[in-house]
Amino acid sequence: MSAEALLQVRDLEVDFATSQATVNAVAGVTFELRAGECVAIVGESGSGKTQALMACLGLLASNGTARGSVRFAGRELIGADERVLNTVRGTGIGLLTQDPLSSLTPHLRIETLLTEGLLDRGLASRTDARQRALQALRAVEIPEPESRLRQYPHELSGGMRQRVALAAALMCEPLLLFADEPTTALDVSVQARVLELLAGVRDRGLGVLIITHDLGVVAGLADRVAVMYAGRIVETAATDELFSAPRHPYTAALLAAVPRLHGAAQARLAGIPGDPPQPAERPSGCAFAARCAAADEQCTRVRPELRPDAPAVAAVACHRPLPAAAGQR
Amino acid sequence: MTPVATLLRVEHACVRYALRGTGLFAPSRSLDALSDVSIDIAQGGRLGVVGESGSGKSTLARVVLGLVRASSGRVLWEGRPVDYSDAGDLRALRREMQVVFQDPFGSLDPRMTAGQAVGEALQALAGPVPSVAAQDRILAALSEVGLGATYAHRYPHELSGGQCQRVAIARATVARPRLLVCDEAVSALDVSVQAQIVNLLHELSERHQMSLLFISHNLAVVRHLCEDIAVLCAGRVVERGSRAAIFGNPQAQYTRDLLAAVPEADPALQRARIAAARRIRTQ
Repeated sequence: MSAEALLQVRDLEVDFATSQATVNAVAGVTFELRAGECVAIVGESGSGKTQALMACLGLLASNGTARGSVRFAGRELIGADERVLNTVRGTGIGLLTQDPLSSLTPHLRIETLLTEGLLDRGLASRTDARQRALQALRAVEIPEPESRLRQYPHELSGGMRQRVALAAALMCEPLLLFADEPTTALDVSVQARVLELLAGVRDRGLGVLIITHDLGVVAGLADRVAVMYAGRIVETAATDELFSAPRHPYTAALLAAVPRLHGAAQARLAGIPGDPPQPAERPSGCAFAARCAAADEQCTRVRPELRPDAPAVAAVACHRPLPAAAGQR
Repeated sequence: MTPVATLLRVEHACVRYALRGTGLFAPSRSLDALSDVSIDIAQGGRLGVVGESGSGKSTLARVVLGLVRASSGRVLWEGRPVDYSDAGDLRALRREMQVVFQDPFGSLDPRMTAGQAVGEALQALAGPVPSVAAQDRILAALSEVGLGATYAHRYPHELSGGQCQRVAIARATVARPRLLVCDEAVSALDVSVQAQIVNLLHELSERHQMSLLFISHNLAVVRHLCEDIAVLCAGRVVERGSRAAIFGNPQAQYTRDLLAAVPEADPALQRARIAAARRIRTQ
């Protein structure tokens, strides 16, 4: 276990109590992230990736419970009281969400949205906070920052709103940024701008944890990728390795599903047949077996485990992994 | 080879929106959402219209569907000008062209099962159908989009985003339209589901000779589906051509910018792009 990790997540489980049953959204997730590093968690809707992130911040819905361990900068966050969590949120970990229109309070001006974190915590005077808000808007390349401060979120374009949301997430100078599907609601050209800005955030020494369903989005940004399926990490590897030689059939299928600008165009896009299992219907064996061409009897019976002892090392939870690339692993 | 007949033609369409003035005596302003846009779709052809938010691509779809009136220009259906103010014309056109929108939950009635949603469209478009025959057609339409009979009784909240979009496609295609307009129909979906839906649209288009007007901000998605592509920027067509021309030899700088923004699954290429873009910005 490396001592310098900024965020250490161990055996994280998240359950939701519903009127019928307990739904297990995250079924034991382990990973870590160092300062200046960008880690991507990639998975489909319902894979548990967002709930894992929310559990780290103590932001689960009221019927949700988290177990396991989340250590951030040496402090345990699971079971921590609200006072500790409130210090960590914003000042320790910034959060950028998918939909900037719903994450920015509609009746507050941009100035209030940017400065309230600093002012509520008594971290800056009003003039100081305003100066820092202007700086933050310049850092995300918002033109005419002075006049933007007086505007409301609905007056900005979608791309500009996402950049304001990024500025807001960074106002209290966190050590770590959580970005949950930060580009999904945006046009490709605006996506590219947001990815550039996130690369800048990482290069300033912050840790960045990015969550997405699109491997294409994180190809140029992430140092390491963890692929999540049905509540578990099924493969983790350095970005180049994972893209050049995915070992889990699910990772390979996700890669093949990304539409390409090169190669045969008429060829069918490789969709993954079927749907992920509902949490209550997850099989005892590999959760991907029903959609996997390589699955055999062992796969449906025994769940393959990821090596949990070395989360920073490439690992795959599969009985029938694809071959490793020559010279790697 | 016999020339393929043109199904839909839009000629010199302009759409101008009046904007509210900022004060009582402020001059009224207007916004040109579309300026002199012309497109053609052949029988069974698939045209991709690509551009950013605000480029006018959704407005173009709305003009074709008759949801927005063009200030000038005209729409021809099989060579005949469409009169969108004529109720009869409009009703006939509804049977011929259908639409699938971006938000799969938002476009379905939450109180209707998948089967009811498809049945409603069938009744509205094909007129009264005997109930046994209607049931068969509903199940056939659902099965064609990959949803088995058990899905007919499910409500939208019991379906995933991809399944909802399949229902929306079944609803749009149950009365066999000749043109399907897809307005960012795969943009809100996970990539794995997006691939399934793109393949499904391709199959339906091939099987039934159904033309597609496929609107998207992502050129890579369009490349897999459409033989012809029009690139829209600020309400104008800046480039139009075959798939080979647009991807092999793009002429407009705007097309090249859009191509460069596509998130491809290639780490070395993406890192180089991010680094290059950041260098340009810091200069």
